[in-house]
Amino acid sequence: MGRHLAKNGKDWWLGAVAVLLALVIWQIVAAVIIRYPFILPAPTDVLAAFISLLQDGDVFLDIETSLIHFAIGIGLALLVGIPIGIIMGWSRRIESFVDPLIELLRPIPPLAWIPFAIIWFGLTSFSAGFIIFVGSVFPIIINTYSGFRGVPRVFVEAGKMLGCTKTWDQVRYIAFPSALPSVAAGIRIATGVGWMCLVAAELFGVSNYGLGQKLWFFYSLHQMDSVVVYMILLGIIGLAFDMIFRYYVDRHFLKWRTGEVA
Amino acid sequence: MGNLEVRDLDQSFPREDGSTLTVLDHVSFDVKDKEFVCILGSSGCGKTTLLRLIAGLDTARSGSIILEGEKITGTSPKVGFVFQEYSLFPWRTVIDNIAFGLEMKGVSKEDRYMVAERYLDLINLAQFRDSFPSELSGGMRQRVAVARALTLDPVLLLMDEPFGALDAQTRNMLQKELLQIWEKTKKMIVFITHSVDEAVYLADRIIVMTPRPGRICRNFEVQLPRPRDRTSVEFAQVRREVLDLINQNCSIQ
Repeated sequence: MGRHLAKNGKDWWLGAVAVLLALVIWQIVAAVIIRYPFILPAPTDVLAAFISLLQDGDVFLDIETSLIHFAIGIGLALLVGIPIGIIMGWSRRIESFVDPLIELLRPIPPLAWIPFAIIWFGLTSFSAGFIIFVGSVFPIIINTYSGFRGVPRVFVEAGKMLGCTKTWDQVRYIAFPSALPSVAAGIRIATGVGWMCLVAAELFGVSNYGLGQKLWFFYSLHQMDSVVVYMILLGIIGLAFDMIFRYYVDRHFLKWRTGEVA
Repeated sequence: MGNLEVRDLDQSFPREDGSTLTVLDHVSFDVKDKEFVCILGSSGCGKTTLLRLIAGLDTARSGSIILEGEKITGTSPKVGFVFQEYSLFPWRTVIDNIAFGLEMKGVSKEDRYMVAERYLDLINLAQFRDSFPSELSGGMRQRVAVARALTLDPVLLLMDEPFGALDAQTRNMLQKELLQIWEKTKKMIVFITHSVDEAVYLADRIIVMTPRPGRICRNFEVQLPRPRDRTSVEFAQVRREVLDLINQNCSIQ
């Protein structure tokens, strides 16, 4: 892994060159060839729009609102998904009981729940949170479940020989740490899916702010440069979630895996 | 003080076609206090099944196992176990693996580290105290597994082909180290192996098993003084005797 990092460190400028190159091509195509900002705003238009939006100050409210929607959805998904995953992984009977239900619900696209979200929760943050919840709960359940199901028997038995005999102790000291990489991977996938659901979840007007809400708002005003600003913000925040996982969660909680991954 | 009595142990499993597969057939033997016993047998002779019964990980169909006058009905801190496969908890450092049993007993961090460090010194891995198992070689992992099994100060240490996955050189080294540990701690050890060489090198007494169903075939006292030299004529002599015994009396009919 150390070698991997060193390599990334040496070659990071290659990635920067690619981004710069893309910006230059985009600028040329938009400003010289198309010359119609409604079809394709140039990077300079987008920058200008970004600066005026920043001066306006609403961007921060948008980010805050979206993060609240997102936190409701992911929070609920963790609260519901992890316990369900744990008991399904721990008991075959509960698995047989719950699994068909999950397999039936899972293929329904999260956005198909929008009508019921509105009926059940009205035009509130909870309704947006619910859509994000539906999108993110299944990866959490399934990864938690497979993590717990995959706990090597020898770990449980080694624990038993050392006095770890109570069910709760076995979950806490053996199954959970053993399953943690899988659980973390599930949460990581869930944040990705949940974030993707956000734009659609804010489309139907649950709030006056929000990154997704504003994206649609500026589209209706035909201000495509501002639309691009919100697209980029969505991308950057989504990336930030992933970075948190890659650099914080993996390093601090899963550092024991470094040797195994390499 | 302590000794182990295994009496008339039977174990069988149902097969898919409805018949039963007898794995152990009236297995009886004793192990004396501080004795190092190797159970020798080919794969599939039920030696692991036998060891798991003694450990209390499984329950026999009939028969009894008595350790220090107490019947074994489940896992107990009086019995330590070293598994064939790598069984260290990969998310715990070496010291936290060794201290696990004490942690389960509710011993404070400071106290359990003090004990664990003593066992870490015993296996000569003090410099790997804070390493994760993934950073250790296979041989080191099994040494840590031995230390982990010893921290609760069990009466009996069960070892299920613990060096089976290691290369010959490492295996020889660990055998030598295990004997040193045994001499220092004087545990009763039941060690399973399919290697005649390993059994002759380690054991006070070798119990040879017959495969399918597993029966005790012969008890063989190894009279060689320690430290044993596996290149010596005497060693070769004993090894030949055991091999002859297996070939003439204890192989599949």
